Amino acid sequence: MYNEKVLQAFAHPKNVGVIENPDGEGVVGNPTCGDIMKITLRINNDIITDAKFQTFGCTAAIATSSTATEMIKGKTLEEALKITNAQVVEELEGLPPQKLHCSVLAEEAIKKAIEDYYSKKA
Amino acid sequence: MKVYLDHCSTTPCDNVVVDKMIPYFTQEFGNADSLHGFGRETAKAVAEARSTIAQLLNCQPNEVYFTASGTEADNWALKGSALSRKDTRKKVVISAIEHHAILNSAEWLEHNGFEVARCPVTSNGIVDLDALEKIVDDNTSVVSVMYVNNEVGTIQPVQSIAEIAHKHGALFHTDCVQAVPYLKVDVKELGADMVSISGHKFYGPKGVGALFIRNGVRIDKLVHGGGQERSRRGGTTNTPAVVGMAEALKLNASEMEENNKHIKLLRDTFRDRVLNEIPYVHFNGDMEQCVPSVANFSFEYVEGEGILMMMDLKGIAVSSGSACSSGSLDPSHVLLAMGVPIELAHGSIRFSFGKHNTMEEVEYAVQSLKQILATLREMSPLFKLREGEIHNV
Ligand code: FES
Repeated sequence: MYNEKVLQAFAHPKNVGVIENPDGEGVVGNPTCGDIMKITLRINNDIITDAKFQTFGCTAAIATSSTATEMIKGKTLEEALKITNAQVVEELEGLPPQKLHCSVLAEEAIKKAIEDYYSKKA
Repeated sequence: MKVYLDHCSTTPCDNVVVDKMIPYFTQEFGNADSLHGFGRETAKAVAEARSTIAQLLNCQPNEVYFTASGTEADNWALKGSALSRKDTRKKVVISAIEHHAILNSAEWLEHNGFEVARCPVTSNGIVDLDALEKIVDDNTSVVSVMYVNNEVGTIQPVQSIAEIAHKHGALFHTDCVQAVPYLKVDVKELGADMVSISGHKFYGPKGVGALFIRNGVRIDKLVHGGGQERSRRGGTTNTPAVVGMAEALKLNASEMEENNKHIKLLRDTFRDRVLNEIPYVHFNGDMEQCVPSVANFSFEYVEGEGILMMMDLKGIAVSSGSACSSGSLDPSHVLLAMGVPIELAHGSIRFSFGKHNTMEEVEYAVQSLKQILATLREMSPLFKLREGEIHNV
């Protein structure tokens, strides 16, 4: 049911871990299945220079976490905020329909981490 | 290395079984109902298969009805008996850990005006007989409880359940699909009025099953059609499949003792090593009252589907009770009925061994599992929390 790209992202996930003393941190739970994702960011001059994730979740959740963190690295906060779960799914060349909800985790965790950064700055 | 540890899902068809089946696709292809010679030849083979199966189940050949699957046999047994007695009895009793074939048939009956009671199980996954005593009453048309559970491998006290059902004049059906490879299924000893079996669970072909219906038991038919199966189940007999199933059942009976010994050694080794060498793991089921093939575990801080997919990447086939792998969002109803917390049910994996597995494969599976859990836990925010806590103490 998973395509090759998803399986590869899952088998060799990038950016696993936590950034110590992060500039932004977001933890979200998936209400549909109880899965959890944590994203930590390093931010310099409004640019995301590093991103790491930890995920308690299925294959799709791990694959989208890896891909989403790859996608936001090097982006400005404004650009990162515009990334949607649909784009992450597209990058992975699709997920099975019953697995689409898993991709929402990454988008929300990124948004939360950026919000966290703004609120810390404020 | 390719390792198949999912024998509860299906088994490879034995070569001798396939050899037996082949002629019935090409040469002896007649319709068993035809009057001409082609048909008569086939009919003979079908009759032989039926009597082989009857002998092994300890019943009469005319009590064996072929179906297209174990699922069909289950559907027929439950719906057929509920419908046939609907004027006098409106209640159906099943256990909370039945296969979906029974579970969803019961749900269908519920939508159609029947009352359905689901008997609870103990935390080890065994039907609670005291609770069952209270649930079954004179309004109950049929009680259906599996002999062996397909997720945790527990053996159910079917003889006692049969007694409870019969005391109230209810019929007793037992799904023996998972039991056949490991236990003697003698319908008289079990005290069953109906028994379901499925060919591909015991190294036979897929697409064929059978329902034993004790002579004198009247149940409504579900598949209307021609006069096949003594006019109780329409559809041209799948000759190669029934011949194959009979052959597989015969082989199974002759090999059972030896196979059980071999499989148990592998399973026990695997089970003990997992419990000793991997932290934060829970065994699901009953250590004693279970078939020799199954080991079901919950691994804390990880999700079952992730483990399954990583095992698959290493060539090892297993099965998960996690919702994530099933498409539905609820984790295994069996584990939940046993009182396993949702997070643990999500992190559950079923390993089921078979006669072709080897000790070398067990070793590879243990090593792979250890690595995979380390990787996935490294990735899990929950595990990090736990480790942090321990650190802080
Ligand atoms: S994140 Fe829970 S099922 Fe995928």
